[in-house]
This record gives sequence, C-alpha cells and structure tokens, in this order.
Amino acid sequence: MKYALFLGCTIPARSRNYEMSARAVARKLGIELVDIFDFSCCGFPLKSSDSGRAGLLAARNLALAEAQGLPICTLCSACTSMLAEEAHMLRKDKMLLAKANAELKKVGLSYGGNAVVKHFARVLLEDVGLDRIRKAVTVDLKGLPVATHYGCHYLKPSEIYDGAEDPENPFSLEALVEAAGARSVEYEHKRECCGGAVLVADEETALRMAKRKLDHVKSAGSKVMNVVCPFCSVMYDDNQKSIESRFEADYGIPVLFLPQILGLAMGFDRKELGLNMNVVKTKSVTEEIVGGN
Amino acid sequence: MAECQMENGSAGFAAVVAQEPGAEAIRSCYACGTCTASCPVRRVNPAYNPRRLIRMIHLGMKEQILKGKEIWLCSSCYTCQERCPEGVRITDAIVALRNLAVREGHAPSGISMQANLISSQGRLYALDEFDEKKRKKAGLPLLAPEVEGAIKLLEKKE
Repeated sequence: MKYALFLGCTIPARSRNYEMSARAVARKLGIELVDIFDFSCCGFPLKSSDSGRAGLLAARNLALAEAQGLPICTLCSACTSMLAEEAHMLRKDKMLLAKANAELKKVGLSYGGNAVVKHFARVLLEDVGLDRIRKAVTVDLKGLPVATHYGCHYLKPSEIYDGAEDPENPFSLEALVEAAGARSVEYEHKRECCGGAVLVADEETALRMAKRKLDHVKSAGSKVMNVVCPFCSVMYDDNQKSIESRFEADYGIPVLFLPQILGLAMGFDRKELGLNMNVVKTKSVTEEIVGGN
Repeated sequence: MAECQMENGSAGFAAVVAQEPGAEAIRSCYACGTCTASCPVRRVNPAYNPRRLIRMIHLGMKEQILKGKEIWLCSSCYTCQERCPEGVRITDAIVALRNLAVREGHAPSGISMQANLISSQGRLYALDEFDEKKRKKAGLPLLAPEVEGAIKLLEKKE
C-alpha cells in the first residue's frame, strides 16, 4: 500500500497534529506515504474566484501523482473534493482533458486522466480494512464516547466519489472509531456542516452553525468530537472558546482528528500524536483511557 | 414597466449563468424549496435562501445578485445539490455566480486576498522559516515553501 500524501495548505502550516498522527497510524498499519515536494494548493480556495484556474491547479497536482504512478491520499476534505472533482471531470470529458493538457504543457507536465484520490479515512476503511485496524489496537479505549463529524466534502458531491458512501446515511467514521474500541455516540444534526466555508464572508453565521452542532454533541453526552478535516477542526477546536464567550455557552469538548483517536488505541503517546497541539485541552481524554501519560 | 424589464433581462442573465460550468441545469428548477428547507446556513441566518437566488436568476436580477452579500453565504455543503429533485447543481450554480461577481469586480476582500496569495505562492500559507523549524522539530519532512510550477501555471496571459 503506497500513496502520494497530499497535505494541501492548511495542514502543514496549521494542523501539524493531524499530519503527525496520520503518519504515525499509517506507519503502524503498513501504509507507505510518499511526499511529493512540489504539490501545491489543491485549488479549492481559488474556486470562488475562478473555478477554471482552480481546476487547473488541481490538474497539476493530479499529474504529479500520476507521473509517480501513485494514488493520492488526502487528509483535508476540501482538498479531497477539489482533486476528486477535477479527476472525475477530466475522466469523463476528453475535451476538457485536452484543454488542461495544453496548459500543463507550459510547466512541463501532462495528465493522462488516471489519478485516484482517496481520503485517509477511506484508505483505512477500504484498503486497510477494519480487521487489520482491530488487530493493531493495543490500548483499550474503554468505549470512549465519541461524536463523529463527517463534514461535507468527505462525502459530497457524491457523484465524484462514485457512490462510495451514501451522504444521507454514512457509516465509515463510526465503523473506524468503533474498530479502535471507542463508542460512537448518536446526536442530532450529525451530518450537518461546520460552517467553515462561511468564515471568510460572515463570521457570525459560521460560528452560529458550529455552535448548533456543539450544543447537540454536548447534550448527547459525548466526551470527544472526531473530525477528518482541518476546517472542521478550526470551527470546533480553534473557535470553541470564542463560541463559548460569544454565546455564553460552556462546552470543553476536546476535538480530535481521526488518526489521533486511532493512534491512542495503537499505543502512541500524546507527543507522537501531537495531542498537546489541540486547542481544547485533550488531557481529559488520555486520562480517561491511559491515566494521562 | 418594471415587470417588462425583468422579463427582458431574465432570458439574458439566466442564459449567461447557464453557460458557466455546472450551472447548465438551473432552468429545470420548479421552485419546490427542497434546497432552502435543507440548508444549514439558512437555519442560523434567514438572509440566505437558495430557492430565492435561483428565482432571482430567472427573473434577471443580475445586479442584486452579483453585488449582494447572499451568494457569499453558501457554505458549499452540497446538501441542496444532493437533494434537488430536478438535478439542479445548486452549489455549482452558486460558484458560477461568485465567479461572475468576481469578474465584474464584486469580490469580497477575503476572497480576492486568498486568490492573490495562491497565485503568488502556489499555497495559501507560504511555509516560512518558522514553519519549517516547527515541522523539523515534529519530525515532519521539508516541503516547497512556495511552489514555482503552480505560480507559473496560474500566470495570467497578457
């Protein structure tokens, strides 16, 4: 199992805890992650201004991975959808592919239309499998109550993911955290958006969206929230304090990236998983499981 | 009369929007409101209403749409697009409206700032020495601080 690791912009600069924990869990499970020095932004932040140029940027990244003969493994859900959407469009529209290639030629690249894009969670579910994850568990999570948050672009638009999962009724994240020995908690509006993409245009609206979800996670009795995208983490982890003060609420809910939860079950320590970098303190989680090592 | 003006403008603007990639199916909308009922933004901010936006396109209300704030409130969650019984790609249509707004000079400052950063660095956040030090300390590999190939690819033709 060998993949080109696509980090995008936010993760290498702002979410090193996600990157560290993903690399650790991948190592443990025999997933080889190859770094392509020259990967750029996926294109997503450019989409609102100019979707054509955004697609071109995505195509360049696809071409770089294809040249190495490697499927792409992503960590950020926005990167996943941007790259998978471009791959989907270029696969079904040969005219568009020819147009993209005319541009790519200027930077010495060409794209054959064969790149594969998979989110890390989907690699775990489909390529590694739940059995191997269960076998890698060495620390009992004792049914830690986890609220999984899918976010949007991990599942949607569903057509670009070839029906890998029904966005109205997803199961992958519950299956993964339960394979690690945690207990997935049901809560209201589980499939709803974090609001991250509205932050630039209207902070109040974005924070209200995140607040709704934190309210439901708290009232369902969950002790941890689980995310698979750095934008969702910005909304629930980085902004949790400001949501608390703005709306006079009190949450104190640690927000962990999926591989941080899996990594705890696989015996990695707090430092290896970057748990000291999460904004909401995560000690309560490790204390509950392993006495806070 | 105002109505006539809207009628004249309607064919024009809807056709312009429908030419944008992903927005081709907007004409099939029969205004059922599944989009608005499903929208998570709308639940916390009633100023946002995708059904109304689609109607406004058909009514040719170009200026109100492109100069207004509403199109920038979409969280691009795709719930409306997944559920639309007419196969209207609503999220993609909002992106098309944003692209048109930007072309006409109505980009919010945050959006143009992001576009400029990516065009000049190939990344939203250039990895400076501080980031590299942090990455090294965490045992993470070196990455291109700025991405030349991407910058060159995005250069606008004169």
